Amino acid sequence: MGAQLRVYKRRIRSVTATKKITKAMEMIAASRVVKAQRKVAASTPYATELTRAVTAVGTGSNTKHPLTTQAETVTRSAVLLLTSDRGLAGAFNSNAIKAAEQLTERLEREGKQVDTYIVGRRGVAHYNFRERTIAESWTGFTDEPSYADAKNVAAPLIEAIETATAEGGVDELHIVYTEFISMMTQTAVDSRLLPLSLEEVAEEKAPTGEILPLYDFEPSAEDVLDALLPRYVESRIYNALLQSAASKHAATRRAMKSATDNAGELIETLSRLANAARQAEITQEISEIVGGASALADATAGSDN
Amino acid sequence: MAAELHVALVAADREVWSGEATLVVARTTSGDIGVMPGHQPLLGVLESGPVTIRTRDGGTVIAAVHGGFISFADNKLSLLAEIAELSDEIDVQRAERALERAKSDADALAERRADVRLRAAAGR
Repeated sequence: MGAQLRVYKRRIRSVTATKKITKAMEMIAASRVVKAQRKVAASTPYATELTRAVTAVGTGSNTKHPLTTQAETVTRSAVLLLTSDRGLAGAFNSNAIKAAEQLTERLEREGKQVDTYIVGRRGVAHYNFRERTIAESWTGFTDEPSYADAKNVAAPLIEAIETATAEGGVDELHIVYTEFISMMTQTAVDSRLLPLSLEEVAEEKAPTGEILPLYDFEPSAEDVLDALLPRYVESRIYNALLQSAASKHAATRRAMKSATDNAGELIETLSRLANAARQAEITQEISEIVGGASALADATAGSDN
Repeated sequence: MAAELHVALVAADREVWSGEATLVVARTTSGDIGVMPGHQPLLGVLESGPVTIRTRDGGTVIAAVHGGFISFADNKLSLLAEIAELSDEIDVQRAERALERAKSDADALAERRADVRLRAAAGR
């Protein structure tokens, strides 16, 4: 076998092996998307009921709560960025990070100090590499977040928001995550979690103009709100974690699909080249034989003379 | 036919039970509360404790609920809990072991959780 042909054959073998791996990763990601979507769906009843309850207390009473009232001057904000632990997901992480950076920039332009909280090794690595400070970070559960993970993430954030700003607390809480719209579309979004703007929540909850009943609060509106809001934050973070996980798997699936397609294309091109090289080799061999034979014939003819 | 109310018992990550009921008894921070159809709209904070649901056909569903909320409006009752288990899902032996462990570790919260589980399981 000629040197050229051997090189092509070797490359085809290596690309075929890569293709098998990416194909497997694509299928794994596809099955995980479905699982993650199911988890999002399973957490929806709790989230809807909780939102309903928060709206009910917020609109049905005149309670003032630090978590629902806007501070007059916001000096410090917390930004929670949700990324994944593992890469190979196309632009998934860089989109989320970019969205967080834009948000940070905007907040800083408004004269606010920004504390960054990060979930996922990718985001942590990005910030560490640029030597930016991270207030707190969590890793190791982004593929399949549980409610306990969401609680862990929420705890220091709620504590920070309940602390006075002068003592190192924050006035606002923003969250940046990747929203799972469909198998093909996931977008990085940022939203303000706290202070809660009840109008927005109410709109989200009841676009049909449903009128909320006048509730009786047990033991009192303040106590209910006190207990309710941290749960609401946890449930929102849980939902964001789940959506982010689903988006990550969908992005991985897409990235691996295009990698598999590319590998297929590459194999095709390389096979064509290998065939051409083999053909050229054969042609050359024939012409060498023919040339040799005719030279031999010429020589014999010459000796006869 | 007696009036009914629709009950949904939801935990953070799943819907635990839903159906029609005639009476629901739950423990709020200010005491036990019983809700029957036509109750005034209510929103309360739950203590961890067993919740008893009397179903339409006279059966009883008991669940261990650890913290959460009860909300009632329009004859729809929602019990929101971070963790909720039906009594027949509870592994009694495991709960007993957890109770022992919590007692030896002096972990009041874990002890209470295990105790609630056991009481819910005993009532089934």
